Amino acid sequence: MLKRAMISAMGLTLLTACGSGNETDTPAPIDAAQTPDVLDATALQALLIEVEEGGIVELPEGTIELVDGLSLDVNGVTIRGAGQDKTILDFSGQQGAGEGLLITSDDVIVEGFTMRDTKGDGIKSKGADRIIYRDLTVEWSGGPDENNGAYGVYPVESTDILVERVTVRAASDAGIYVGQSDNIIVRDNVAEYNVAGIEIENSTRADVYNNVVTKNAGGLLVFDLPDLPKVGGNSTRLFNNRIFDNNTRNFAPPGNIVASVPSGTGIIVQANDKVEIFGNELTDNRTAHVLLVAYSPEFEDERYNPLVRNVLITGNTYENGGYEPQGDLQMLAMLMGGSLPDIVADGVDRWHDKDPVDLNLVIDEPESVSYVSLGLGAYPLDPSNLSPSDERPNGTPGERLQAVTLSHSE
Amino acid sequence: MKRILIGALTVVLAACGRAPLPDLETILADKPAPALSDYGLFMDPTGRVPVDGVLKYDLINPLFSDHTDKHRYAYVPAGTRVGYTESDVLAFPVGSVLVKTFAYGDRYLETRLLIHKADGWEALPYVWNTEQTEAIYAPVGKRIEIAAGLAAKDAPGFTYAVPNKNQCKTCHQNGDAVSPIGPKVRNLNHPGPQGVNQIADWAERGWLSDVPVAPPRMAQAFDPNASLTEQARAYLDINCAHCHKASGSASNSGLWLDWEIEDAVKLGVGKHPTAAGRGSGSALVVIEPGDPEQSILAYRMASAEAGVAMPELGRALIHDEGVALIEAWIREMDSDR
Repeated sequence: MLKRAMISAMGLTLLTACGSGNETDTPAPIDAAQTPDVLDATALQALLIEVEEGGIVELPEGTIELVDGLSLDVNGVTIRGAGQDKTILDFSGQQGAGEGLLITSDDVIVEGFTMRDTKGDGIKSKGADRIIYRDLTVEWSGGPDENNGAYGVYPVESTDILVERVTVRAASDAGIYVGQSDNIIVRDNVAEYNVAGIEIENSTRADVYNNVVTKNAGGLLVFDLPDLPKVGGNSTRLFNNRIFDNNTRNFAPPGNIVASVPSGTGIIVQANDKVEIFGNELTDNRTAHVLLVAYSPEFEDERYNPLVRNVLITGNTYENGGYEPQGDLQMLAMLMGGSLPDIVADGVDRWHDKDPVDLNLVIDEPESVSYVSLGLGAYPLDPSNLSPSDERPNGTPGERLQAVTLSHSE
Repeated sequence: MKRILIGALTVVLAACGRAPLPDLETILADKPAPALSDYGLFMDPTGRVPVDGVLKYDLINPLFSDHTDKHRYAYVPAGTRVGYTESDVLAFPVGSVLVKTFAYGDRYLETRLLIHKADGWEALPYVWNTEQTEAIYAPVGKRIEIAAGLAAKDAPGFTYAVPNKNQCKTCHQNGDAVSPIGPKVRNLNHPGPQGVNQIADWAERGWLSDVPVAPPRMAQAFDPNASLTEQARAYLDINCAHCHKASGSASNSGLWLDWEIEDAVKLGVGKHPTAAGRGSGSALVVIEPGDPEQSILAYRMASAEAGVAMPELGRALIHDEGVALIEAWIREMDSDR
């Protein structure tokens, strides 16, 4: 300290001696980076900027209130809290940024803390390869509300993603959303009270398993949308998940694709190729346990295939589904007696003026599991095209998908 | 510490002697200098008057930043040249510094430096003290309370956010690298603060060579003589496209707003949002031709609320003129597509 003061004094003297006419106070000394005892928001952001590659940023027990979004752009960093119930990052006073924490570097681990009430998304990682989200809670404390942020955990445009033991509550879009990415494992998480519990979108090679998915409007979603840099979602396995009571109202702001998800759906596969659904426990989802649908709005993207094809459904359990269908399906169900079977396909097998495509859907379940194809043929939706059939599609199972292996984790 | 002291001494000594020059050693040092004045870009620490070789310039269209006045300077090391590029940011040589000070009149808020180091551009924020005597390195940014009426006659009081070092990179991201945004030929090809055409001037100074006879020129966003489309596209290019482009921070949205884009869907026409959340308002598409009230683009521009407002960074106030321009452009679009 003495040394610093001396140097400052010398600088001041020299400046004055030089006759610059600038006779003001010494500039405030710059403090070297150090870990403070009590971490406030500014100190935390400073640590996230100054941390060396491969370093660890420890978050102490307690609540840190933030007015701005945090960000990390250093490779190999671990951000580690004292535990989900011990370290709370509170964003209820957030004034800026589109998310609570933005990660743009590779090989990052975030673990052991809670993100609460961010104004936009919770944690977003973009172009962040080999990331691990672990033992986190991301939640909006007021429960379902259209003013909550869109995504809780939001990795996008990345390769090798692990999301495990994360709890996400009340996101106004998807609790856990993986977009435009490749090689993904989402396991052992709890997603509840979101519009969509877990969503894999425009992504390839994803294993989603051992998750508890409940009280969302829709449980597990595998979607593909046109007009994004990466299209052509394929090769996702949904297995050994408990998907029950996803009957929360759809509180997504209009315009977002999930706003079209009928409350009460367990699994929705839309516009994807090669999806396996097995070993899941589907209970009390009022619209339908499983929905297989094409992308219905108009599009021009020539790279895009809006149909669901090469889906295998086998060895799941189904209990009390489709008893009170919601949304567009409510109207269609009315025409068919009011309720829907366990598995519902829209029967759309062509788009624009193209010829019908063999969707190759395989429903390998006991006869007790009910199924219907609405037989719509094509979109836009026209109820007069409805020609429901409970005859199961006669697809042939292709080669089973291989388990996802991540380059950075077991 | 020692290096800083030497840097300071160099500046001081230079200031005592003949014409002062920027301190290239400090500019290219691994660590940011503690104070803006350490770089020797200005005659004294108040940062009002540049030294010789640090040239004031401007852009045909500024990014809206809460009505701040912006003072931009470029420094190119003596004996080096800027590579001419037709549509990308000019190829500034290593050692170049782009300086941008944000101010309300005489009150300077922050000065941002973009320094082209050997391994790429680095973005460094400096914040002015309240006495306006010195700008200090502020890697975590700062929030500054601005009184009502200061930013603009009718502007409310608000908190001005100096971005932190990472946030600098969010906007300046270009693929895996950091890059300047504004200094493209088309944004510079007009009479600048020196009163002469900046491209011609830079060529005459020996900064630029191989300049074609008629370099491209961007429309002025609020020039009534330009078409609404030209005005709107010019506005979107400088205000949005730094993120909303294929190599930008918002690449995953698929909404690309740079000047070169011709695909209507990529520009947002009839395009469904990707991850807008409540930022969609109640609109279904980014641009609904003929109907700005049903267009997410206009909705997010007209908001000042975190999580809704676009751009996400660097704006706390609403740019009414910009919103009006984009609304007029959307309203004029053929709704019968």
